[in-house]
Amino acid sequence: MSTATTPAERVLHDCRDAWVSTLVELAETDDRIVAVVNDSVGSSKLGPFAERFPERLVNVGIAEQDMVGVGAGLANGGKVPFVSAAACFLTARAMEQVKIDAAYSQHHMVLVGQSPGMAYGELGPTHHSIEDLAWLRTIPGLTVIVPADPTETAQAIRWAAAHDGPVFIRVARMGVPDVVPEGYEFAPGVALTLRDGSDVTVVATGTTVVRALDAAELLAADGISARVLSMPTIKPLDEAALLAAARETGGIVTVEEALTSGLGGAVAELLVTRHPAPMRFVGVSDTFAPTGSVSWLMDHFGISASGIATAARDVLGR
Amino acid sequence: MTVEEDLVPQVDPQAVPGDTLTVLGRVPSGASRDEAVAHLAEAARLVRRRDIMMVRAAGLGHIGGEFSVIDILVTLYLHAMNMSPDQLGDPDRDRFILSKGHAAAALYTTLAMAGFLPPEQLSTFMQPLSQLNGHPARTKIAAVEASTGPLGHGLPIAVGTAFAGKLDGSSRRTFVVVGDGELQEGSNWEALMTAGNHGLDHLCVIVDRNRLQQGARVADTNDLEPLADKLAAFGMEVVEVNGHDHGALLDVFAGVPAPSGKPTAVIAHTDKGHPISFMSDNVAWHHKVPSAEQVAQALSELE
Ligand SMILES: Cc1ncc(C[n+]2csc(CCOP(=O)(O)OP(=O)(O)O)c2C)c(N)n1
Ligand SMILES: [Mg+2]
Repeated sequence: MSTATTPAERVLHDCRDAWVSTLVELAETDDRIVAVVNDSVGSSKLGPFAERFPERLVNVGIAEQDMVGVGAGLANGGKVPFVSAAACFLTARAMEQVKIDAAYSQHHMVLVGQSPGMAYGELGPTHHSIEDLAWLRTIPGLTVIVPADPTETAQAIRWAAAHDGPVFIRVARMGVPDVVPEGYEFAPGVALTLRDGSDVTVVATGTTVVRALDAAELLAADGISARVLSMPTIKPLDEAALLAAARETGGIVTVEEALTSGLGGAVAELLVTRHPAPMRFVGVSDTFAPTGSVSWLMDHFGISASGIATAARDVLGR
Repeated sequence: MTVEEDLVPQVDPQAVPGDTLTVLGRVPSGASRDEAVAHLAEAARLVRRRDIMMVRAAGLGHIGGEFSVIDILVTLYLHAMNMSPDQLGDPDRDRFILSKGHAAAALYTTLAMAGFLPPEQLSTFMQPLSQLNGHPARTKIAAVEASTGPLGHGLPIAVGTAFAGKLDGSSRRTFVVVGDGELQEGSNWEALMTAGNHGLDHLCVIVDRNRLQQGARVADTNDLEPLADKLAAFGMEVVEVNGHDHGALLDVFAGVPAPSGKPTAVIAHTDKGHPISFMSDNVAWHHKVPSAEQVAQALSELE
């Protein structure tokens, strides 16, 4: 687990490598699997798939609405489409197709949001996908997965290939270390307790899980015992784990590389009706990011170990 | 199949060459056509030199599509358009929208060359809190009309801009540059239909026809041809031009609005990465960042 090594010693992975190797592996034995892209072969790292299965790669060009619609049609025709594009364009541009052609129609299709969050850094808010979690969690029947590392990414892809319904998966480009333990198995709506604690609970997702673990170390040095929950699906949530955290610890901090109305909003809606608890939200709130690299922006918005630790102290009134 | 290089910052500040830009400004009024062409050619050379240094310093940029569009930008800003820094508030001045916003560095450098930005500001490109974001934002730079970056936005906005001019009986013209790959977005064709049906003759759509998109040739991805026929069928007055020939470009822009009363669509035949030997018409250079040696080589070709 990541806390065994110092941040500087960690090996960081681009989760796109796990995504494409898993897809190629699945496609070897399931010829229903096709990839649908918007001139995004390179940015989706789909080169190996394109070489192995050139005829099963549908490149519609720079046309995201067409891309998602074509994906739905392929599903209707008995294929299992993996529609892969930069998360910003896949969601913002094709949202009605996501809502109607994928979700309302309950198609077995997988929407793969590449380089999500603020991975595109300096390219700016047009290329950031921080709204996706807030938007997508409102869509009935859509499973929304935010894997934390390559192992979880690969497992989510496998799960989605077998799940007869619409799925959205974020595939992180920003480097992440391995965080899930040996023997872990992804399941939607099941959180992973990466560290137990009794004073406060930090609920993190995706690229922020490792930062939450680092924050727990900082808090431990202050004598604060922090529980760290990794929440791999924003929809469905692990309600039992969240309600237990609300009962057993003194406050909840949510952390996401996204608008805080994604994971944060979802957790707040659950707790306020079932077990109100003091909360703080770490993420981006109601603003477009200034120019800056992804690492600069993560620090700028306090989506960092120290920012999370500050939010945890604050929710405990310390 | 060709696949683009990954987009990863490769900053090497040690290797960044000097960061000056000699500002030539607009072609002087009264200049002959030959003098205008010589002025534009020199400005384009200097803009390309500064652009490649900016991309090198930032470790990010879209050098291929920048070099294909620079001659068009320079001709518009330094000659064709009725637009100058002291005249931004004039409702009747011309408007320009760079719909292929990934060529931001080319736009910023041209804006500096035309006096709309202080040239020193160019060295902030992509730095934290810079107004010179990786894609142009109208909230960050006064001369930028539309925030672009997601492809397929600029042309509808240009149609609205031209529509407002028509409602006001204004003489202003609206110029918009779209990429050829960008024309795969349906929003462009919806906008063209509106422009054609409403006879927006003061609109000029310029297609940067470099035949390449991000990962491959346009023809191998989702072909546009017959492009001229399609544009004509949507009600455009279609003109084809060599997009690196300043004289031909200024003649074409002088013809807007067309006597036919139709919007003008200019198919500007260009090469991505023009005129650098190792970049020209090479898909690998969509957003590849040149090495220090490659910058030196390119600069020597731009002497
Ligand atoms: C809606 C949208 N989809 C995808 C992209 C990613 N993208 C950036 S540039 C580009 C290729 C553009 O090709 P073209 O329009 O021909 O521009 P040029 O060749 O002049 O660079 C792509 C796919 C984007 N910016 N916006
Ligand atoms: Mg092109």
